Amino acid sequence: MKSGDIVRCEYGGTSRKGTYITSRNGMSVIKLDSGYNIGIPPQSCSSVERPVIEPGKKLELVQDKNLPELAIVSTGGTIASRIDYRTGSVTSQSDAAAILHAIPELKKVANFTTRSLYTILSENMTPRIWQELARAVFEEIQRGVTGVIVTHGTDTMTYTAAALSFMIDTPVPIILVGSQRSADRPSSDNAMNAVCAARAARSDLGEVAVVMHASTNDDACSIHRGTRVRKMHTSQRDAFRSIGIPPIGTVAYPSLEVKLSCDAARRNSCKPALHDKLDERCALIAFHPGISPDILEAYERYHGIVLSGTGLGHVCTELIPNLKKLIDNGTTIMMTSQCLNGKVCDRVYDTGRDLLEAGVIEGGDMLPEVALVKMMWVLGNEKDKGRVRHLLLTDLKGECNRRRTHG
Amino acid sequence: MAEGPRLTAGIEIHQQLNTKEKLFCHCPTTLREVTEHSGEFFRYLRATESEIGEIDRAAKEEMKRDRKFQYYTYDTTCLVENDEEPPAPMNSEALSVCLTIAKMFGMTPIPQIHTMRKLVIDGSNTSGFQRTAFVALNGCLPNGGQIETICLEEEAAQRVKDDLFSLDRLGIPLVEITTSPCMHTPEEVQQVAEYIGMVLRSTGKVKRGIGTIRQDVNISITGGARVEIKGVQELGLIAEVVRREMLRQQNLIAIHDELVCRGASVDANDGTDITDLFRETKSTVLKKAKRIHAIRLGGFTGLVGRTIQPDRRLGSEMSDYAKKCGVGGIFHTDELPAYGVTQEEVDRLRTRMHAAEGDCIVLVAGATDRQVECALGQVVTRAKIAMSAMPVPEETRKMVEEGSTAYMRPLPGAARMYPETDVLPEVIDEVRWNCIEVPELLNEKASRYAEKYAIDLSYATQLVSSKRLPVFERAIEEGIKPKLAAFTLLSTSTELRREGIKIQNVADEAFIGILHAVEEGRAAREAIPDLIRSAAEGCSVEGAIAKLAPSVSREELEAIVRKIIESRSDFIREKGKAALGPLMGVVMAEVRGSVDGKLVSETLRKGIDARLADT
Ligand SMILES: [Zn+2]
Repeated sequence: MKSGDIVRCEYGGTSRKGTYITSRNGMSVIKLDSGYNIGIPPQSCSSVERPVIEPGKKLELVQDKNLPELAIVSTGGTIASRIDYRTGSVTSQSDAAAILHAIPELKKVANFTTRSLYTILSENMTPRIWQELARAVFEEIQRGVTGVIVTHGTDTMTYTAAALSFMIDTPVPIILVGSQRSADRPSSDNAMNAVCAARAARSDLGEVAVVMHASTNDDACSIHRGTRVRKMHTSQRDAFRSIGIPPIGTVAYPSLEVKLSCDAARRNSCKPALHDKLDERCALIAFHPGISPDILEAYERYHGIVLSGTGLGHVCTELIPNLKKLIDNGTTIMMTSQCLNGKVCDRVYDTGRDLLEAGVIEGGDMLPEVALVKMMWVLGNEKDKGRVRHLLLTDLKGECNRRRTHG
Repeated sequence: MAEGPRLTAGIEIHQQLNTKEKLFCHCPTTLREVTEHSGEFFRYLRATESEIGEIDRAAKEEMKRDRKFQYYTYDTTCLVENDEEPPAPMNSEALSVCLTIAKMFGMTPIPQIHTMRKLVIDGSNTSGFQRTAFVALNGCLPNGGQIETICLEEEAAQRVKDDLFSLDRLGIPLVEITTSPCMHTPEEVQQVAEYIGMVLRSTGKVKRGIGTIRQDVNISITGGARVEIKGVQELGLIAEVVRREMLRQQNLIAIHDELVCRGASVDANDGTDITDLFRETKSTVLKKAKRIHAIRLGGFTGLVGRTIQPDRRLGSEMSDYAKKCGVGGIFHTDELPAYGVTQEEVDRLRTRMHAAEGDCIVLVAGATDRQVECALGQVVTRAKIAMSAMPVPEETRKMVEEGSTAYMRPLPGAARMYPETDVLPEVIDEVRWNCIEVPELLNEKASRYAEKYAIDLSYATQLVSSKRLPVFERAIEEGIKPKLAAFTLLSTSTELRREGIKIQNVADEAFIGILHAVEEGRAAREAIPDLIRSAAEGCSVEGAIAKLAPSVSREELEAIVRKIIESRSDFIREKGKAALGPLMGVVMAEVRGSVDGKLVSETLRKGIDARLADT
């Protein structure tokens, strides 16, 4: 039997028609005409017909050319999906016509061009894909679009946001958006997030940001700086939070009124530039009580390590000699805190002072993941130790909570 | 005489299960007072589009308005109800109850059960879908009919008002039992519903009380149409609902015939703006209205106002359709002058509308032209149906008072379902199925009790369907006399309830304690009502016994009896042995129920006999 075959099921003294879906753990999964799926023994089903599936109607793309142009670059986050109720399958949509068909409100905000770069789960993202994405986004900026929307799975969205922040100097908004609740459900946050993201992408903003639900209500999305945002809940709509700073703006729903904080970088405040080099030989190590110092042996050839330490930025004393050995052999090591909120300060306690002595760099109030991405970017662009240290300590894209205008 | 129309009916029964936790989360299945809500949030729902690019017609009607739904949360609800967290695995207690019911009907379980998402965008499910699983198929009914399927699904949220819902009910396990269209008389429909209800209660695992069981009835009548009637909450009304639906369909057919005979017609235009006619009216609704439009229904006079069901006219059907556009209802000349509208106003209206003798005028009042046009359009649609070859529309209706029904929405298309990918399939293998024990049916239990405990069958039937059945069973097990237990739990409780005593406040434990006290002679049978009264007020059983009159010893009782006989010796002489009855009351009042009645009557009889022998 093939998926999609019309079958007759003789089971439990009854005979029913259905559609063969798949085989699962030894059972044939059949979608009955009533819509229900049931798993029954394969021998109770027989194929009666293999229907010819007519290709779906080609969706027409009607857009208002007077509206500003936004580019949607998709990486696999589902912003729109379509359900085939005949088989129960859900497919995610990435071409403009399908997205606009699913979320018609978008048509009132802008006209769109789409570019499908990848269809991967966000946990399968790599620095190499960040680089490719940065190039694609940069091309769109050079083409003159008003803003760029990047659709992305939520799991690693903040890493990508940080990577784009460091790699691109942007005069226009680059907005990352996704959905926490699957796009196939009527209650999904996808449509509202997408519409708010589109509105943010044509706003006066001039930096990389994540636009997602501000609360569990469908009343507003927050605009988060790409280097200060973190996913703080596994499943809630308002999982994305700005850490250490308030969101740099909001988009109200359904009015779509945008408010930017005075801290937000404004459109056209820099010239577009792409610095797409990254050094992938970097790692993020979370310290925990009882950690074995020989773990560090695995990182001997690494160029950069970000430690996620405790409190003000500590690891146990036992680890320090091994860290020193790595530093002496050329590895750059930076300390951040598991507390996420607040600055690292290694001058308060002995352990901290010993870490500084060993050559560990204080990561200020950088989020550990952002510090890792920054480490990759700095080491990718600079070899001189002194310059590396200087760049790591300098606020480049708002990542170290010291405000300055940047693009 | 021609045969009456042939009825074919099937039912769908939805019964809440009384499990410890909800179907897909670990919250309790407790209903809450709305005032206890601890938080709220709001969402918009949108219909996801299907491959074929069409949206379900019932869903489409829901989408006529841009709807924002508001939800109340409680300290007994969680992120799953809020649609903010993936569901937990299917509650195995609920699945077991569902399998038990399936086994009781002789059904075959599905070996691999898949949970589905059924699209529901009326706001009653935060996710926009209801989770439901097909559990077993093909069972049999005593009337020879078939139970087609049993599904296990989650209960929807309770509507508080308009688009505001309460999440306490969302997720309570619910079994949905669907029969084949195997019933042919209203009485049969009711009997089958009652039988299924009895089987469900036999599990001891279903929720009781108003709203915990709902019946949907699917009715087809030859010459009429298929109609689905939702939400009949009282079993006793099912036959009446079916009878009234048959009546409604017959009357609609009769109206159709009459309309054809009269050569009826409906104006093609969109109605006439007559707002100015009612500037000075005494009708508050019309005076308040920003816009009033009217339409002429040629040849409809007397028929719009004709009763098709108790308290329902063809006009009510038109009004139901019009309400979908947000207006409060309609006015029509069959019922005017009335509601503050005068004869002069009606005359002016008829003139303006160029109405002939046999024409009926329908008015709609509303806030905007658009709303009023929408509503009049609906009236025209319904009027055209009445004239058409299919004068009874296929539709979903809801029960209103006493068994009549009102239009709700078009019949839903094929259910829009797709797999709930967050829930793994459940496997029902032979081991699992064999573990399911089938409880004794309540009607069989009633016969057994009647025989074994020599109680009346109807009394036994009442007993087994009582919520206190578990108390009875426990009392018997603990050696209480069956009749004492049955009488206390049924008759005494019922009498006290009628008195206004809050019997529901009396814990099962208290009943057991009271029965033991009586059985052990620490309280008299006659004291039971007093003891229950005290227990209902929160008193402990021992406390309640202590509150009774101090117990009276045999000597004290004899002294009381002697005294009473002494003071009423004339009465005894006059009545002879028949004095026993009246004097019984006097003695019982004196001892205030602290002595067993049997002992009192024995002592009193001896005393009376002795007195009579003396004279
Ligand atoms: Zn819950």
